[in-house]
Amino acid sequence: MASETSFDLIVVGGGPGGYVAAIRGAQLGMKVALVEREHLGGICLNWGCIPTKALLRAAELKHSIDEMKDFGITVSGEVTIDLPAVVKRSRNVAGRLSAGVKHLLKKNKVTVFDDLASLGGKKGDLREVKLAGGSSLMAKHVILATGARARALPGLEADGEKILTYREAMVPKTMPKSLIIIGSGAIGSEFASFYHDMGVDVTLVEAMDRILPVEDAEISDFVQKAFVKRGMNVVTGARLAGLKADKNGVTATFEGGLAPIVADRAILAVGITGNTENLGLEGTAVKVDRGHIVNDKWGATGEPGVYAIGDVAGPPWLAHKASHEGIICVEKIAGQADVHAIGAGAVPGCTYCRPQVASVGMTEAAAIEAGHKVRVGRFPMLANGKAIALGDDQGLIKTVFDAKTGELLGAHMVGPEVTELIQGYAIARTLEATEAELMQTIFPHPTLSEAMHESVLDAYGRAIHF
Amino acid sequence: MAVDILMPALSPTMETGTLAKWNVAVGDSVRSGDVIAEIETDKATMEVEAVDEGVLAAILIDAGTEGVAVGTAIARLAEDGENADDVAAVPAPATPARTPVAVEAPAAPAAVVQPSVAAAPVAVPISAQPVTTAADRIFATPLARRIARDGNLDLSGVSGSGPHGRILRRDVEDALSRPATSTASAQITMSHAPASPGASTLVPNNQMRKVIASRLQESKQTAPHFYLTVDCEIDNLLAARKTMNETAPDGVKLSVNDLVIRAAAMALIKVPNANASWEGDNTRLFHHADIAMAVAVDGGLVTPVIWAAEQKGLAEISKISRDLASRAREGKLAPEEFSGGSFTISNLGMFGIREFAAVINPPQGAILAVGAGEQRPVVKDGQLAVATVMTVTLSADHRVVDGAVGAEWLQAFKGYIEQPVTMLL
Repeated sequence: MASETSFDLIVVGGGPGGYVAAIRGAQLGMKVALVEREHLGGICLNWGCIPTKALLRAAELKHSIDEMKDFGITVSGEVTIDLPAVVKRSRNVAGRLSAGVKHLLKKNKVTVFDDLASLGGKKGDLREVKLAGGSSLMAKHVILATGARARALPGLEADGEKILTYREAMVPKTMPKSLIIIGSGAIGSEFASFYHDMGVDVTLVEAMDRILPVEDAEISDFVQKAFVKRGMNVVTGARLAGLKADKNGVTATFEGGLAPIVADRAILAVGITGNTENLGLEGTAVKVDRGHIVNDKWGATGEPGVYAIGDVAGPPWLAHKASHEGIICVEKIAGQADVHAIGAGAVPGCTYCRPQVASVGMTEAAAIEAGHKVRVGRFPMLANGKAIALGDDQGLIKTVFDAKTGELLGAHMVGPEVTELIQGYAIARTLEATEAELMQTIFPHPTLSEAMHESVLDAYGRAIHF
Repeated sequence: MAVDILMPALSPTMETGTLAKWNVAVGDSVRSGDVIAEIETDKATMEVEAVDEGVLAAILIDAGTEGVAVGTAIARLAEDGENADDVAAVPAPATPARTPVAVEAPAAPAAVVQPSVAAAPVAVPISAQPVTTAADRIFATPLARRIARDGNLDLSGVSGSGPHGRILRRDVEDALSRPATSTASAQITMSHAPASPGASTLVPNNQMRKVIASRLQESKQTAPHFYLTVDCEIDNLLAARKTMNETAPDGVKLSVNDLVIRAAAMALIKVPNANASWEGDNTRLFHHADIAMAVAVDGGLVTPVIWAAEQKGLAEISKISRDLASRAREGKLAPEEFSGGSFTISNLGMFGIREFAAVINPPQGAILAVGAGEQRPVVKDGQLAVATVMTVTLSADHRVVDGAVGAEWLQAFKGYIEQPVTMLL
């Protein structure tokens, strides 16, 4: 273990916010320490984004095999799922990336402490960071990047057996016959898609009037119809009254006249709350509001020299938002020129259910509410040659422009590989492109991306293929 | 083979120029080094020399043509053994055959002609390069351009906050929300208004007029000016000047203005924060006192620069300033001689102006307006006395020069002027 205790920057938490901040700090010539209590890469890499993508890939392959006949391919014999092997692969993927992060930190000469950290007092302009193992580190700047965990509803505690959080849901030992998923955000919808493709009878429950409530209403509607069409039960506007586990399974009861739902297990996916406990924030000027540390656009908290980034500092709870905040925070500390705070609506969001969902910027409703006169373009994947050839032609690309300036206010996509496509619109927004530049750009044929072009054309009544 | 003579870039920022005059006619033999044409840029008339030899087969751009883009073929040479008539018949390329990279290489344009004055460029210290190298190309996002167009905003006056100074939507929105823009739109309306009923003559604005108009408008609209005025007693200075001129070798005759330039240069080095320029995300601090002096010329003014004036003695300053002023009046300055500078002095003392406030010469941070030295009553030790007093006013860009910095600079300047011995060090 490193004996060095004096640093320019200490990062608490080794997730996508923390480790990226640490590496950027090292690039800028700072002497950096990173304290991680469990595993490098954080939830994203170990228990979130990455392992779920590995699981969803297995589900997608299963779905493809089920559809082989449509492509003229006969698969003889029984298609079976070896669940432990599916889960093991997912864990291996996570393990490989975590080792990669360790290597990157080492390469950038970041000193890593496997420990639990909390803020200590100030000595001059230096801040003490106390480690549970007994050592004490000092630095002028401390970034808190401790992430978040599943939020529990009052009276609804996960037991890890019948009532699960994402963490247990990711490593099932057996497949339940039936499953209730409470909450239809990205996490809930992805698990619903995965378990349903794996043959489980899934009921997706949402308190709001539609699933994926942060997405554009048309996209939510599209996904809901796709889920229902493939046989999933979707219940919206359902406010949970209770969730009881007994030896036969789980019973969910609801407010109002909704009938109770019984299933083998339930997954709680009702949002997350920041890891703000035991950080030594008491007695500092760091403010915590509704489970999250309050920070400014550069990550600064109320306490000089203490910063917060990523999930612990509030939504959107996304790895790429955490990484970007980490970079901005460190560059600002280093006094870099040309540092730009994250603009409103600049963080794209992706959900990897089947069909995939991706979006950036404002929904149509939000744009109208913000006072914009809008022009909206839509293009269905049904009319896209590549999508038809892929046998995956269910999707919609919707673009929302400001009618006056031509600013791309938002883009909303559902369908094949849209999570890989959304960056095109994100770049356009960063470069402040208008509809004119998007129209003038040549999109290659045949690609799914042509649908992005057509959606823009459609917003101005110029779509060619629909 | 035939050689096209292209419109040369005579300065780093030149995009177009007026082909003022042809010194040769079709059929004339041209030798390398011959002056074949004169070109009027924004501030000077330049001679164009031939690089190749041959017979002038065709003149493609007539004398008097305005707005000729750099790189345009202006004439065609037939080389030895070629028939000039055949060569003349070859159509001129629609686009410049070899487009000179104007921003990069003023002294070595890709064109086959080169300006005679620029052929021996003045040695320009690195720190004294004009700070707006890419000023003629405005970097702005498409959205920023569209919002600016809709709001009738000229982007040349907007400073960008994006990467590498790119103008973003928010910069345009900020600019549009400032009151100055309402006058900009008002002017646009005005220009379409019918002429007043009285007799008048419409004089086309030449390049220099347009440049003066746009730069000074930009300055007043974007640089928040503030003004500091101080009286300097110059009896000591006049006495010192008299002594020096009496004992100086022949040909040296110091003017009050030479002493003012020297004092300003010394003060800029003493108070370096006043020797600065606003560049959006950064402030440029100049290492030298590169002093531009406003020279009235026919139809406008130019501001030739005395580079690193703090390193030059009075005799040298005097010699350079006289040379620059006389060549400025003849329109014979090379572009790099009147581009850039870190500070400007404008002296209207010879017209009997007591005091005035000058508009900052952008992107510089300050300008000194110098009035006439005149005998005025002053109070000394409670007694009325007569002293020769010169009033000077510093106009400063508050984005880079704060009030206290400006005051400190004036104090230093006044010190040198009133105790001229101190500026001889």
